[in-house]
Amino acid sequence: MLQIKDLHASVEGKDILKGVTLDVKAGEVHAIMGPNGSGKSTLAAVIAGKEEFEMTKGEVTFDNEDISELDPEERAHKGVFLSFQYPVEIPGVSVTNFIKTAINETRKSNGQEDMPAGEMLKLIKEKADLLEIDRKFLSRSLNEGFSGGEKKRNEIFQMAMLEPKLAILDETDSGLDIDALKVVANGVNKLKSKDNAVVVITHYQRLLDYIVPDYVHVLMNGKIVKSGSKELAYELEEKGYDWIKEELV
Amino acid sequence: MSLKDKLLASYIAFEDHLEDDSPIHDVRNSAIKDFETKGFPTKKEEAWKYTSLNSVLKPDYSVFPKPREETIEFKDVKKYFLHDIDTYKIVFIDGVYSSHLSQTTHDKLDVCLMSSALTKSKYKTVIDAYFNKVAKQESLTSLNTAFAKEGAYIYIPKNKEVEKPIEIINFSTGNEAAILLQPRNLIVVEENAHVQIIERHQSLSENAVLTNSVTEIFAEKRAYVDYYKIQNDKENASLIDSTFVSQQTQSNCRVHTFSFGGKLVRNNLNFYQKGERCDSTLNGITILENKQHTDHNTLVHHAAPNCESHQDYKGIYADTSTGVFNGKVYVEKEAQKIDAFQQNNNVLIDDKATVNSKPQLEIFADDVRCSHGCTIGQLDEDALFYMRSRGIGKKEARALLMYAFANTVLESVKIPELKKRINKLIANKIGVSLGFEV
Repeated sequence: MLQIKDLHASVEGKDILKGVTLDVKAGEVHAIMGPNGSGKSTLAAVIAGKEEFEMTKGEVTFDNEDISELDPEERAHKGVFLSFQYPVEIPGVSVTNFIKTAINETRKSNGQEDMPAGEMLKLIKEKADLLEIDRKFLSRSLNEGFSGGEKKRNEIFQMAMLEPKLAILDETDSGLDIDALKVVANGVNKLKSKDNAVVVITHYQRLLDYIVPDYVHVLMNGKIVKSGSKELAYELEEKGYDWIKEELV
Repeated sequence: MSLKDKLLASYIAFEDHLEDDSPIHDVRNSAIKDFETKGFPTKKEEAWKYTSLNSVLKPDYSVFPKPREETIEFKDVKKYFLHDIDTYKIVFIDGVYSSHLSQTTHDKLDVCLMSSALTKSKYKTVIDAYFNKVAKQESLTSLNTAFAKEGAYIYIPKNKEVEKPIEIINFSTGNEAAILLQPRNLIVVEENAHVQIIERHQSLSENAVLTNSVTEIFAEKRAYVDYYKIQNDKENASLIDSTFVSQQTQSNCRVHTFSFGGKLVRNNLNFYQKGERCDSTLNGITILENKQHTDHNTLVHHAAPNCESHQDYKGIYADTSTGVFNGKVYVEKEAQKIDAFQQNNNVLIDDKATVNSKPQLEIFADDVRCSHGCTIGQLDEDALFYMRSRGIGKKEARALLMYAFANTVLESVKIPELKKRINKLIANKIGVSLGFEV
């Protein structure tokens, strides 16, 4: 589904990604771990198409199509979703109106009519229930004054609504207490199928107890330096990252 | 002949035509002298530093527009009215009252004409008490005073809650190549009375129009005045709007200014708080493009204790448009424990757009809360990326962000139909239709 080959990317002339190779197939869950500043969030942003990052080398294909030149919205229309580490506040635009706009824009780009209002309402209700989101919450301004947990839950709610093929969860666990973490993870798991894939970016192994990865990759200094099964996450939790550095020397 | 000379010469003819016993004869005479001394303001004056009237004063304006022969039908101008609800209407066409487009009243309140108020004896007490009593001696205001003849006269008696909004609309038809209009409005809201007013200046042609409008508003004890100005005129229409609000104890006055068009718009908005526990709100949304220019010059004069004032002005500037916000808060020594808040946020969409923002605080009391903030920036790139990553196109994402930016002001519009209308104006202005009403 997602194939990344020898990806190099820089921002303002500074190289951040220095040759990342990753192959994510439908039905898989990949975890990307690594210390602060290793390039995890940059990788997520580059896949989603953030313009301030310049791809200097390599390939990014999605369903065998080169997406490296596409706008973020075009990637979204193809089924790429990025859950933000720091979701943006948009006063005056309710959660409901925002997601309606997002869904209908995606449908429009795929040559479909707007989703009928009744169907939309039903879908919103269903997905809100899945993530244990209060109805009142949906009429609030997007992310404005939301707690950290509410913001993350809202990200996964949007993911549930958009039903992407590829979901990249950037530090979705940060700022969540254990109960919220369970709700969010449960939401992600319910959306999992053999046709979609999830890339979980995290510092800690904690989230991976709930969203169980098929593969764990360690990103350090802009490169994937080690890959393994979910046991690798436990090892990292226990020993930190230094031993990998030593291994590399 | 310069416009100033033309006006001075015209004044003599104008005064000759008036009835001799006009109660404001002396007021007019001293006003024209004031204008003669001061002339039109120039950029040398601090208050006009960023706004030049040169290009606006060039056309050879007709000072007394000729009456138009054919009438304008309501259906042709319906879109400029708040037509989906019932309203009182005071409508002028090229400065002349249009009875068939208007809906006035004398039933328990007066929604009528300045020309009647200035000439009929039954209005004399009110005119003597209020006319030109809060307007400042500034050149353009004096010019308006000298020629004051027509406009809206609104008198709301004690305890009267006006059940529907009042619309004041000034159309210009392009009957002549260039016209100068000088409407003069007087609004008196007595103790505990409530009123909502919407004011609009609209050119119906591409011909040059310069409107030099003066409005005086008097809010007596516990009066409530909610006033909206819609400025969305054609590219060759300019407006100088001077509005003076006098507030007595516990009155609440709100003026919202929506500036979306016109060649040059200058808003002189002055609030004078004269009694305790007054509340003043001055809000504005400005969205400009091309070479448009809007200048908001506000003054809140706190002269009594325990009052509040709130100013929130948002500006979005595209192309080579220019904006000015010059907001002054003056707090007299007696005005203790007041709370004055002022905020001006601006977004520049294009590199060549300009905004000059200048907050001024003059505080002579020692126990007050005054705050002000001003920002000038671009649309937030992270927010744009966030929306685009959810599948929302760049243009729509920008529009949503602009809505979000202007929202605090839009939220405070208290007439739902008007709010919808302004939403639509904003959507048109940004060139995007959103799939929902904000």
